[in-house]
Amino acid sequence: MNDTPQPLWASETFWKKTAIWVTAGSFIVLVVLTFDSLSQTKAGSKRVPAYSVINKKIDYQYQPQLHKSIPVIGENEFLFGKEFTEEEAFQLVDLGKKTSQAKNCMNCHTLLGNGAYFAPDLTKAWLDQGWLSTQLREDAMVKFLVDPEKNARTFGSNRKMPNLDITEEEAKGLVAFLKWMSSIDTNGFPYNFKTIYAEQ
Amino acid sequence: MSTNGLDGVMHSAINICTRSQARWAEFTQWVNLDSNNLSDGQKLAVKYFTVAVILFFAQILFGMLAATQFIYPGFLYEILDFNVNRMVHINAMVVWMLYGFIGCVYWLLEDESKTEIVGLKLGNIAFWVLTGAVTLVVLVYLLVQIGPGKTSSLWLINEGREYIEAPRWADIGIVIVMLIFFYNVVATFSKGQWSGIAGVLTLDLVALAGLYVAGMFYMTNITHDQYWWWWVIHLWVEATWEVLVGVIMAWSLMKLLGVKRKIVQTWLYIEVALMFGSGILGLGHHYFWIGTPEYWFTIGGFFSALEPIPLVAMVVHAVYDSGSHAFKNGNHPALAWIIAHAFGNFFGAGVWGFMHTLPQINLYTHGTQWSASHGHLAFFGAYATINIAFFYLAIQHWRGNVWMSGQSENAWRWKWALGLLNVGVVGMTIALLIAGYEQSFIERAVEGSTWAGYFSAQNHPSFQSAMIWRWFFGLLTFAGLILLIWDLMTIGKTETRKAQEIISE
Repeated sequence: MNDTPQPLWASETFWKKTAIWVTAGSFIVLVVLTFDSLSQTKAGSKRVPAYSVINKKIDYQYQPQLHKSIPVIGENEFLFGKEFTEEEAFQLVDLGKKTSQAKNCMNCHTLLGNGAYFAPDLTKAWLDQGWLSTQLREDAMVKFLVDPEKNARTFGSNRKMPNLDITEEEAKGLVAFLKWMSSIDTNGFPYNFKTIYAEQ
Repeated sequence: MSTNGLDGVMHSAINICTRSQARWAEFTQWVNLDSNNLSDGQKLAVKYFTVAVILFFAQILFGMLAATQFIYPGFLYEILDFNVNRMVHINAMVVWMLYGFIGCVYWLLEDESKTEIVGLKLGNIAFWVLTGAVTLVVLVYLLVQIGPGKTSSLWLINEGREYIEAPRWADIGIVIVMLIFFYNVVATFSKGQWSGIAGVLTLDLVALAGLYVAGMFYMTNITHDQYWWWWVIHLWVEATWEVLVGVIMAWSLMKLLGVKRKIVQTWLYIEVALMFGSGILGLGHHYFWIGTPEYWFTIGGFFSALEPIPLVAMVVHAVYDSGSHAFKNGNHPALAWIIAHAFGNFFGAGVWGFMHTLPQINLYTHGTQWSASHGHLAFFGAYATINIAFFYLAIQHWRGNVWMSGQSENAWRWKWALGLLNVGVVGMTIALLIAGYEQSFIERAVEGSTWAGYFSAQNHPSFQSAMIWRWFFGLLTFAGLILLIWDLMTIGKTETRKAQEIISE
């Protein structure tokens, strides 16, 4: 290399060291935050409720002092007329989650806002006003999932969900998964969402 | 079945084989490429490039099918539904870009290490294993599509996680192939010589391969699922891929323009510092709404706002070096695509990403066509362009390092391909941006994100016309791609002059 002294900002070794330190430093911070985030979002934590939350009434209510909506867990409101133990609830939600992956839901829908944009977001699908009545909701959801073509809900768009060979058991799992997902504290996303309870 | 019938089948099968062999022979004669012009590493590289181009074609084809379904929802209903087309569209993209990157690395490996590639045989086997696996995965995507809600579906058919849908068996195969690739790289540099470029490349490949493993687990808890899923997606495309591109760009600026090694390497370190310094914690912009704590608003917002800085640095670097060498270079189409890369990366990844990255606006734009707009320009601008630049570099050497310039015979082809592809993608980006604005206002801000709100935004005339414009610009992109493929097969065929010598100072 040349003999003339170089300013620091033009020195290869200086930038090499900077690159290493910056990368290592950022990565360590990320790892620390990952441990914290994962422990704050375990199923059964304040932000991500236990799977047995499917036994309860779940709502998503706007809090004027916080300027956002938060999930509100209420009284008992059994799913399919049954109170699930923690283990049973886990089994059912797990079946629903696996079904959501095996049927490739995410390449039409978004879940927690992530996925494709051909069909509506599922984050608060359980609470959507489109189900019309809270009494008929779970049956309507199961029927729709098992035979979406016959029970099509296109909102005037002509976009119909295809038949994905979802069994009744899988459909119940999906409903449980959607109900559980609607209880996750998503920091106010989606904003200004009016739930099925808000109308009644 | 009667023996006669079987004989008939055999007979016609043999017939088809002979005929396709003859066609293939005709085709290779027409293309007229001489592999004796290539080193062993380069021969392996062009195999990767060939598959990359085929997958690029598949990407655009299935993108067009999905785009058509936005306009005619009944198109291919229950035959190839939107989710299948969209999955093939984005998977073909991820895989062709990886093929391109692997090809680029094999291409520069021997030149950079000043020795012959180590473990060539293994590298070749890995190529065929990977290509066989990719073919099988795509066939299963198209023919089987979905499975029952069981673990076996995730292992054999489709994992149902956007971008990394490949079933688990394929994940394991990909990791093994990546390890072989990594062995080729490290063993070759160790035998020959190390350099700054070699060091950055090796460490980046460790991170790139290691991160993939974070996406190989099933989790019931969707918050944890998406937490790790973003480790793969974000830390690939907004960190390790960008650094890989920095490496490829550094090497090609030396080769194309003759920029000094000391300059490109210093720049490379600066880019690594800026890229990882902003990109690693910039991951936080994916953690605003998935259930993770609120501190990610601050961390994700702040660091992702810094993410465009390294991309500005890359533009300055590429444009300054091109200017200071008065654009004197040995391969005009390749340099044009490098410049397209510098700007595309800055606008697509940098500007389009920044526009909706802060949580205050992302609350409304998250999960709308905004993301699709950003995705189209970023993946094309940052990654498709640099791969195409390398295709031109490869074809030039494959033809025996012939002259390739703006004045060559049929130069209109590469110029029009460049123009059509860029105009096509920018047009789609703008159309999707309009759709995204409309969705953010009507579905999100006004109607509060209910299903009725979603559909009232989808049914809105401005959304519908945006989808038609997107389709039209998609078609221009497709036309550009076909022209590009034709050009790659024919450019330099009749050229006898050698490329001008570029020597790195």
